[in-house]
Amino acid sequence: MHMQPTVDTRPVDPIVAPPAEIRISGLEKVYKTERGATHALSDINLEIRKEEFVSLIGRSGCGKTTLLRIMAGLVPPTSGDIEIGGRALWHGESVDSSVIRKLGVVFQDSNLFPWYDIEDNIALPLRLRGVKKAARRARARELAELVGLADFLGNYPRELSGGMRQRAAIARALSDNPELLLMDEPFGALDAMTREKMNLEIQRIALATRATVVFVTHDIDEAVALGDRVVHLTPRPGRIKDIVTVPMDRPRGVEIKQDPGFHELVGNLYASLNEEGDHES
Amino acid sequence: MNRRKLLKVLPWITTPALLIVLFVVWEVTVKALGISTLILPPPSLVFEQLGQTLGEPTTWTNVRVTVTEIVLGFLAGTAAGVLVGVILGKLPLLEASVRPLIIALEVIPKVALIPLFVIWFGFGMTTKVVIAGLLAFFPVMLNVLLGVRSVDRGHRDVMQSINASRWQTFRHLEYKSMMPHVFAGMETAIVLAVIGTIVGEYLGGNEGLGYMVVKTLNELNAPALFAVILMLATVGLIMYFIVTSFKRVAIPWHESVYGRKDVG
Ligand SMILES: Nc1ncnc2c1ncn2[C@@H]1O[C@H](COP(=O)(O)OP(=O)(O)OP(=O)(O)O)[C@@H](O)[C@H]1O
Ligand SMILES: [Mg+2]
Repeated sequence: MHMQPTVDTRPVDPIVAPPAEIRISGLEKVYKTERGATHALSDINLEIRKEEFVSLIGRSGCGKTTLLRIMAGLVPPTSGDIEIGGRALWHGESVDSSVIRKLGVVFQDSNLFPWYDIEDNIALPLRLRGVKKAARRARARELAELVGLADFLGNYPRELSGGMRQRAAIARALSDNPELLLMDEPFGALDAMTREKMNLEIQRIALATRATVVFVTHDIDEAVALGDRVVHLTPRPGRIKDIVTVPMDRPRGVEIKQDPGFHELVGNLYASLNEEGDHES
Repeated sequence: MNRRKLLKVLPWITTPALLIVLFVVWEVTVKALGISTLILPPPSLVFEQLGQTLGEPTTWTNVRVTVTEIVLGFLAGTAAGVLVGVILGKLPLLEASVRPLIIALEVIPKVALIPLFVIWFGFGMTTKVVIAGLLAFFPVMLNVLLGVRSVDRGHRDVMQSINASRWQTFRHLEYKSMMPHVFAGMETAIVLAVIGTIVGEYLGGNEGLGYMVVKTLNELNAPALFAVILMLATVGLIMYFIVTSFKRVAIPWHESVYGRKDVG
């Protein structure tokens, strides 16, 4: 799918934008534990267009991971609907596996399998699909080049740095050509410099593969630098407080951080997050 | 020579050196104090006797019997341990209901059951295989049970997010992360299988290295007794070495293997 030649369906103008790729409506999540219930998400409504890059920010515990895990088919919602590409993801407690196939998930930890080398880790989703060895190798190599790991295909995860492992995890998530990429603080464990570099790479990858991306982060700068829109979640229960559109074209280089418009957006979001903190205390 | 290389070769030099020191001290002490060879024979005598014992064809028959019993018991105990461990690990309700029974079986000194096994299975190899297998079973089963339960949460999420079937999850995740636990169990199991076999031979039958221990004791032949003990130690070491070598090949990715490779 990333080979599609000419037509750019990227939503430049909202008026002619294609129909929503993801539609979340009335989503609720209550975790029931022995000590009571946690209302993790409440009345989440969100539409995401094809090839859009959406950042998700909010304080710790506001339900970002929960929302992403529901979208990834890992945790069932208590109520509400999620449609991906026109099909419902959840039917009660069970997921529609044809929808799951369109997804690539990157977790906070790379979660690579220590018993497989990088090539086998990257190609694991293809292996489960029954793709032949030669084709898997070719695809793993292609992806390793994309994430800059071409020289490490034969290495084991423990021989790689944290950032390299995270890139391998991204390559794995991309291996089956996902239309939707879900990422939960994928760069949380990285230092500022590596993180900056990964931010550039992820934009390049998202554009090259034409994937729709939902990207969870704690970091306001990162959220604004990457996203077409920034969704701000507030805690207890997790709700969407507001959605900010970032009007600059993607991909955006580091120079965006000198842009006054960028500063204003970051400043506003920062104030908004702080204000919510004041209510808390 | 750098530190890593030194760490690697050091045991190969120190172990023989320590053994030589031990034997020299032993020899000198026995001679100097005039200890009776009935109580503690000097190593020179033990090695002389060992050479003689090894020259007798019945010795090798006994070695073969003992090794066969150990290997069969170990394999049967390990296979049963893996099977039961996986089943109990996968079915927590079943595990909870049989747990008291398992604990009871585990704390029974199993060598106390040998006379019973002799009644059931006679004085032949079966009794020893059964006791070796029983002793080998528990460490494997308990380790596997733990291993099945301790699959990484994040790894499970990955398998689920790539839509893996139950079989695929078992093959690429549960089986792989269980293997280090299987080997940890096997390393204990082989030691216990040796013990079980030898004790079994003490108490019943007229073949095997354990029987040779009893026989030399009855003859009050201390040098021969020591020679048999040396042979037992060698058999045990070789068995253990085979298991750990197998582990190196089977799970080279695990830190109990590569971690050691880095330092030792
Ligand atoms: N498996 C669970 N069982 C019970 N409660 C849970 C579970 N997972 C999350 N919660 C609760 O749901 C709420 C939201 O958690 P979530 O992990 O989604 O937050 P988050 O926004 O990702 O936080 P962070 O930024 O710290 O990762 C929290 O109050 C948390 O305690
Ligand atoms: Mg989280």
